Amino acid sequence: MSESVSRINIACRVNGAPRRVQAYPMARLLDVLREEMHLTGTKEGCGEGECGACAVLMNGAIVNSCLVPAVEADGMDIRTIEGIARGEQLSAVQEAFLECGGAQCGICTPGMVIASVALLERHPHPSDVEIREGLAGNLCRCTGYQKIFASVVRACEATSDKRPGKQ
Amino acid sequence: MEEKYFGHSVLRKEGREKVTGRARYVDDLAFPEMLHGVTVRSSVAHGRIRDIPFGEGIPWGEFTVVTAADIPGKNEIALIEHDQPCLAAEFINHPEEAVVLLAHADRYLLEEARRAVQIDVEPLPAIFSIEESIAKRVVLYGKDNVFKEYHLEKGDVDAAWARADVIVEGEYRTGAQEQLYIENQGMIATANPADGVTIWGSLQCPYYIHKALITLFGLPGEKIRVIQAETGGGFGGKEEYPSMIAGHAALLAWKSGKPVKIIYDRAEDMVATTKRHPSRTRHRTGVTRDGKLVAMDIDFVIDGGAYATLSSVVLSRGTIHAAGPYFCPNVRVHSRAVATNAPPHGAFRGFGAPQAIFAAERHIDQVALAVNLTPEEFRRRNFLHKGQTTITGQLINEDVNFDGLLDRAFRESDYHAKRERFARENPGEAVKRGIGFASFMHGAGFTGSGEVYLASVVELEATREGIVRVLAASTEIGQGTNTVFSQIAADALGISYDRIEIARPDTGAVPNSGPTVASRTSMVVGHLVETAALGMKRTLVDSGLLCDACTEDEFVRACKRYIDTRGPLRSRTQYEPPPGLFWDDKKYSGDAYGTYAWAVYVAEVAVDTVTFEALTDFVAVQEIGKVIHPVLAAGQIEGGVAQAIGMSLYENVVWREGRMANGQMTNYIMPTAADIPPIRVFFEEQPYPFGPHGAKGIGELPMDGPAPAIINAIENATGICVREIPATPEVLMEALTAKAGALV
Repeated sequence: MSESVSRINIACRVNGAPRRVQAYPMARLLDVLREEMHLTGTKEGCGEGECGACAVLMNGAIVNSCLVPAVEADGMDIRTIEGIARGEQLSAVQEAFLECGGAQCGICTPGMVIASVALLERHPHPSDVEIREGLAGNLCRCTGYQKIFASVVRACEATSDKRPGKQ
Repeated sequence: MEEKYFGHSVLRKEGREKVTGRARYVDDLAFPEMLHGVTVRSSVAHGRIRDIPFGEGIPWGEFTVVTAADIPGKNEIALIEHDQPCLAAEFINHPEEAVVLLAHADRYLLEEARRAVQIDVEPLPAIFSIEESIAKRVVLYGKDNVFKEYHLEKGDVDAAWARADVIVEGEYRTGAQEQLYIENQGMIATANPADGVTIWGSLQCPYYIHKALITLFGLPGEKIRVIQAETGGGFGGKEEYPSMIAGHAALLAWKSGKPVKIIYDRAEDMVATTKRHPSRTRHRTGVTRDGKLVAMDIDFVIDGGAYATLSSVVLSRGTIHAAGPYFCPNVRVHSRAVATNAPPHGAFRGFGAPQAIFAAERHIDQVALAVNLTPEEFRRRNFLHKGQTTITGQLINEDVNFDGLLDRAFRESDYHAKRERFARENPGEAVKRGIGFASFMHGAGFTGSGEVYLASVVELEATREGIVRVLAASTEIGQGTNTVFSQIAADALGISYDRIEIARPDTGAVPNSGPTVASRTSMVVGHLVETAALGMKRTLVDSGLLCDACTEDEFVRACKRYIDTRGPLRSRTQYEPPPGLFWDDKKYSGDAYGTYAWAVYVAEVAVDTVTFEALTDFVAVQEIGKVIHPVLAAGQIEGGVAQAIGMSLYENVVWREGRMANGQMTNYIMPTAADIPPIRVFFEEQPYPFGPHGAKGIGELPMDGPAPAIINAIENATGICVREIPATPEVLMEALTAKAGALV
């Protein structure tokens, strides 16, 4: 990057904690997360917004962090894969991926988990079509998606079971 | 032996790290003072390097620059032949061939520098197709461009034509396919004369890299260490090419004295690394009027690209699978791997078999049609059975029950009713529905005497705390190596799954259990794990510290006592071939594989004559010995089927002068969650005596059957005979338009 462009201060919340970093305004959020904040759970698969391996939540909405300039992250609330579990307690989606075989090589998994979390927030009881559409922005080369669909269904059931009034 | 874990879907060993994002892939690793490395590549397909001018405006003094002249050992990627350089020195033989390496701490500046290096090449005529290569328009390799050639003949094909009532000919083609693991390739190296070379990377075969670096640096094996980082998918794409990247990173580290990381971006990974070999297969088949195979003459050619790499072995597997799972007394296969000016094609799940089986199973449907039999009836009359021989003369001594597999697949897919209903309802409908299938087999493990040459070794080591570590070079790349080995070892030792640890593949610490390829890890290496585990238990029992039926606490106490009184507790096992297995390398005949997995896949399509979207249902029935882990096994089949659906319908590598022109995920289309139909997987079990608990290899099997099943279904739906894949919507549209035109 040309030396004539200077770094700017970016202040955001990442996984609930306030963070301040210096970055080039057009640096990719993906690189800021991975290199400046050492949050390497977010992966790069294609660098052009096709594969979804770099998906994170920004103010609750799913984005491909390889397409987001760092300057846009200023003032935002960002949630990465590192912020999905509560300490050692996996989220329902993570448990389901583990049990149902939703993760194989694991490289798409962080993005896939983020997409599933976003999907279930939008549609707590997604139909088959909603699951397929909700995950269509995340590519997986290992699973053929079947076990990922099963993971989302399982996560949905597990969440429903914990609701008041259900055993 | 109690099967407490075998056959059960225990949690993936490293699953927790993967679902939390804690698993560390190579790009997640960083070392103090680490530099980044990039590769400057040729833009032309064939030529002689005249000059390499370094452009102005770049502080070149800050950069580490490596060319072929900096290589301490031989400028060669040691694999099978000796033709592929690590860096092109004088001649360029394919687009994107590596010529210069650069390293710098600043990735952005490095990218500018890469663009500032010009490679001035005097162009030479180039060849880009199987036909041009066979015609020797330019000779790139040997005298005739042929990397490898096989002539297999069983019976007497020439004499048999006279007994055939009908002869059916056909030509079939398959395109290149990108492995498209979601983690791009990458390596980190440290290297200096005192300590030697150490590599961390995304890879399938640590000992392949070990061998390549010994040659490249002229160092003894103990000075080279290769460590696998978590690896985000391989599918064969990380079998041989990682030796190239490891070599590049190590050369930069050697010269700079600092750790160097090379991570490809998607575009570089797609255009520069290996792909599935494109193929052309010609079949000539003689049958009697009542539908019995009399003679099969098969000409199978694969495009190897510019260097030999693994093409000879890919060709071998394709050759042996070329006649399908049928009994025919007279079969000839002539096969060749030929050179072109494309980047070398390489290992990809199935390894030549998917290409050959696509042709075979498409052709069998044409042969059935020619003798007025249904695809089902024709196959039933010709299936291979126990007591018969394959094209290499291998006597089948297991109960192969293709009729049973077919029955099950048809029941699960409702094949007969649907075939009848679609035929009745299709006329007049805009959406044409069809159902088709393929029957096939896949040999597990290395071909012929390959496993004997590999002579794989596995070691188990116990700690005083009763933790047992499995030491093997077999890599976890998503398929479940860690989990399967742990299940097998835990059951053999009679201890809990959590007591088993899998050592990270590291050539400095683990024995060579062979490459992680060829559907061999669970079946061949898993069997070694089982044998080594039983050996460890036997040692404890023989030393009087343990009885056969022990509790876990007793096992832990025995480990402690053994180590305290006698020293390290280890058990080492080396591969021994199953008794009676015979292979003649010269004649290329005998027992090609210890065993085969057998399968019938059914595809159902709905071809919309406006949008040409196709697949609606998929049923995969296979006999795989024993299922080790139901979730992982189904995951292997589903993932392989999805990848093969991509190969059949979507994934089209567009070539321009030997270079992939669509090297992006935006224009090279792999199936998404919205494209894949339900994939319904069913297993039949018939234990194979020389696999762990009877298990056979299954990793590649699902790549073989989908393409012919899908294209057979499209023919059933539309009446058009597609002979080439990928059959993209454009291809289907053209074929349907041509057919409609012909009818007018």
